[in-house]
Amino acid sequence: MRHGKLTPAALRKYGFITSFLAVPVLLYVVFVVWQYIQAFQISFTNSRGISPKFDYVGFDNFTQLFQDDVFWAAVRHHVVLLLAMPLITIAIALFFSFLLNLGGGQRNGRMVGVPGSAFYKIVFFFPQVLAVAIVGVLFQAILRPDKAGVFNSALGAVGIDPVGWLIAPGLALWTIIGVMVWQAVGFYVVLFSAGMATIPKDVFEAASLDGAGRFTLFFKITIPLLWDTLQVGWVYLGIAAFDGFALVQVLSVDRGGPDNATTVLPLEIWRNAFTYSKYGVASAMGVALFFMTLTFAVLTLRVTRRERIEF
Amino acid sequence: MATDVMPVAPNKAVTSPRPGRRSINVFSGLSHVALVIWAILVIFPIVWTFLASFKTNTELFGDHPLAMPQNFDWSSWGRAWDKAHIGLYMINTVKVVAISTFLTMLFGSMAAYVLARYTFFGNRAIYLLFVSGLSFPVFLALAPLWLTMKNLGLLGTHTGLVLVYVAYSLPFTVFFLTAFFRTLPTSVGEAAMMDGCSHTRTFFQIMLPMAKPGLISITIFNVIGQWNQYLLPIVLLPGDAQDKWLITQGIANISTNAGYEADWAGLFAALSMAIIPVLIVYIIFQRQIQSGLTSGAVK
Repeated sequence: MRHGKLTPAALRKYGFITSFLAVPVLLYVVFVVWQYIQAFQISFTNSRGISPKFDYVGFDNFTQLFQDDVFWAAVRHHVVLLLAMPLITIAIALFFSFLLNLGGGQRNGRMVGVPGSAFYKIVFFFPQVLAVAIVGVLFQAILRPDKAGVFNSALGAVGIDPVGWLIAPGLALWTIIGVMVWQAVGFYVVLFSAGMATIPKDVFEAASLDGAGRFTLFFKITIPLLWDTLQVGWVYLGIAAFDGFALVQVLSVDRGGPDNATTVLPLEIWRNAFTYSKYGVASAMGVALFFMTLTFAVLTLRVTRRERIEF
Repeated sequence: MATDVMPVAPNKAVTSPRPGRRSINVFSGLSHVALVIWAILVIFPIVWTFLASFKTNTELFGDHPLAMPQNFDWSSWGRAWDKAHIGLYMINTVKVVAISTFLTMLFGSMAAYVLARYTFFGNRAIYLLFVSGLSFPVFLALAPLWLTMKNLGLLGTHTGLVLVYVAYSLPFTVFFLTAFFRTLPTSVGEAAMMDGCSHTRTFFQIMLPMAKPGLISITIFNVIGQWNQYLLPIVLLPGDAQDKWLITQGIANISTNAGYEADWAGLFAALSMAIIPVLIVYIIFQRQIQSGLTSGAVK
């Protein structure tokens, strides 16, 4: 097709392109792009949402944030989440997926998992399809601080006193992390299993013939060859560590309590916008959250970059 | 470590048990225990919730909260369905998710197809615009989005929620399907065009059926993502639109109220009602669901 001249065929082509792109692009620009642009703008105003009038206040919202203890508590919690949650989840998921895919040794010349692998994979993955809000309500009953709580009742059977899983300030955040891990492990077991399935079986065969045991197979063969998948898992979990809204809002006492011991930035954004009507402050927090997430993603991709092993 | 004792001479291994055997067996025993414990950790809370829906408050808060219910009384299920409006919330959710997933797939595949298969000015820019949406947290848009919806009169309506669901599902859908359409062979579509098939008809009758595997994965991804959404419903369907509420916010609300009304069995019945349909669908489609949810990560 020649350029610069609108033949009927070219007209039809451009008409088609426009008609197919118009609605999706319009929806996306109005409800997504425009909102993000406005968020940056609102973060420099004292907008309270009720009246359309507002003034630009420069960096006031941000200086206010940096002096706010709750903001820093939330940031600290994201740091803990970011360090602990992905590490625990990946360690457990990696261990299980190794057992479920390679742990059974060799059978008919190929690596198999331990007996019952298919069943375990189905069970482990199930929490992933439940809504986080539902999981939150579920665990409220399980983790009740008195002996009526399922967990405490089970501990009571072996003589351990009831634990205030969600009401002890030092423990509450770790309990929330535990519930996040509970829900996430199955997803990463399936993800890593898919990664392990792409490793050619002769690699394991050769290693076995050379006398490699299961520990060597795991640390020297599986992990290096799974590096790309692990990296993807790490980024996913890291991004999840900057969320936590639904679980903290539903599960924690006083929404982020006790005494802000479990609060996270998304929760504070929601609270500032819809409880206090401080839209400027909420948007400033959103901007802070955006830059934190972005920094994490860029750093991870840089630090974990390795020579890719071709196979 | 077991690795140090594994490499023994083969002829020796034939005559005597290998020294590594014992530690391997211990390891494999322990690993089985770990798998069983995790399976119990997953299954037990769900089974307990189901059983708790038949219990009285005395049974729930008595000395043996782990015991079986004394009789299977289904009245709490009726209360949850009617009085707590779980039935209504469920129907609302099915309606919203069905329409918004359909529209997401329709608009997403239309945009992705054009972006993957046609060269025109601005193609790259539009593609990048969509993909950049993946890097922004939705919380950043929360305040302006609420104001926009209020100004458009869409706050507290299912129409508004569907539009927002579709818009926020588009980046990943377009990103994934563009990659997918690029992998499909060009010859079939070209042949159809030669035979006088229009662009639109080629898309709907030839390219979409060819893209079926990708469409199924991403449909599952969107259905589960939108079904489980909690933040957008509580922001866009506020308290004064309670008859419009979705299942997640309904359950969260009952859990707040159960404390006041002391209807704990009702709460557990409501929870079971929210979990059981998902469980059934999951058991039937577990293979597709697992690959649908992980396919985004593996790509």
